[in-house]
Amino acid sequence: MELMGIEPDRLHFSWISSAESTKFVNVVKEVTEKVKAIGPNTHFIKNTAKVA
Amino acid sequence: MVGYTDKIKEIAGRLLKECTVDMVIGFRKGTMPMMNEPCFATTPEAVDSLVWDSNCGINLANYLTNRKEKVAVIAKGCDSRNIVTHIIENKIKRDQVVIIGVPCTGMIDKRRITDMVAGEILDVSETENTIKVKTADAETLFDKAEVLQQNCALCIHRNPVIFDEMVADAIPEQDVVDRYADIQKIEAMDIEDKWRFFDDLLRPCIRCYACRNACPLCYCPTCFVDESKPQWMGKGQDPMDVRTFHFLRAYHCAGRCTDCGACERACPVGINMRLLTRKLEKDCQEEFGWEAGLSLDQRPAMDVYQANDPEPFIK
Ligand code: SF4
Ligand code: SF4
Ligand code: SF4
Repeated sequence: MELMGIEPDRLHFSWISSAESTKFVNVVKEVTEKVKAIGPNTHFIKNTAKVA
Repeated sequence: MVGYTDKIKEIAGRLLKECTVDMVIGFRKGTMPMMNEPCFATTPEAVDSLVWDSNCGINLANYLTNRKEKVAVIAKGCDSRNIVTHIIENKIKRDQVVIIGVPCTGMIDKRRITDMVAGEILDVSETENTIKVKTADAETLFDKAEVLQQNCALCIHRNPVIFDEMVADAIPEQDVVDRYADIQKIEAMDIEDKWRFFDDLLRPCIRCYACRNACPLCYCPTCFVDESKPQWMGKGQDPMDVRTFHFLRAYHCAGRCTDCGACERACPVGINMRLLTRKLEKDCQEEFGWEAGLSLDQRPAMDVYQANDPEPFIK
């Protein structure tokens, strides 16, 4: 994905068990921070056809 | 490879006459120069149309998927690795196939040759090291090494890795210094340039799926691009859908692709989509020391679990 031009901070992987609520919260926080830091995605966007 | 044809005919004729196999899959001359096509011989008489030259770039492993009968197949180095992959993935049984191995000196790039000469090509002939291209007004002689497909110029497994009979003695493998120079160049670009590079690369794609259809790995009964419930992605030429098709297909080939070049060869608009599959090939080699299709006894990189896998990208 990075080779193709997707910023590495936009794509995250995690393995969280249903019992790991704290880990879930932390990962979501971290992802949110990282993505906010690089700002909105400007490339990988599909504009849906405009219906008149 | 000049002279392989007679030997191929002899082996194929014998296998069919002795009823060792029901069918031999090979190549015959196409209707246009440099376009050999697959040939399915089922009688000893039919083997007469079999040929072998530097235009046999289609990957014949593609025609083995889910076959029930006994077949013989002619296999270059890359084809043989795809046959190994097919056997590992239970798409055909080892005892169902007779593999006629061909030590391969590479396939020529028909697109490059067409660009290098003026006018319509009427005939292409070859010797061991040269390619002669005839047009209406001229004859041009090329060094075969100059007009090889890129994947063949970079090939390090030209001899079949698995075979029952060989058409000729094994040939020396090439010493390729750097198989991934072009990939490294893209890796070194900044993120915007990477995005633009693939935008330009994929812009001409017409979503004909010739690349997918030519690939022996792409045997899913319903490809993700064709599914409609759910529909994973748009079916038109929107650049985002084109991109999604290409990178997802590449991921589906991760750890399986042998860089046979059949996909690129099949593309009517000449897109080098191998840049994506080769990046994954490079990663598989660097991360797991894995090269696809070299042995029947090893499970593929994407099919093994190790408790001590570092997985630094997973949080
Ligand atoms: S990739 Fe290697 S084995 Fe396959 S056609 Fe090219 S040179 Fe031959
Ligand atoms: S992706 Fe292309 S190079 Fe790789 S195995 Fe399929 S056809 Fe061959
Ligand atoms: S063969 Fe070429 S044009 Fe057709 S879908 Fe593949 S990349 Fe696109």
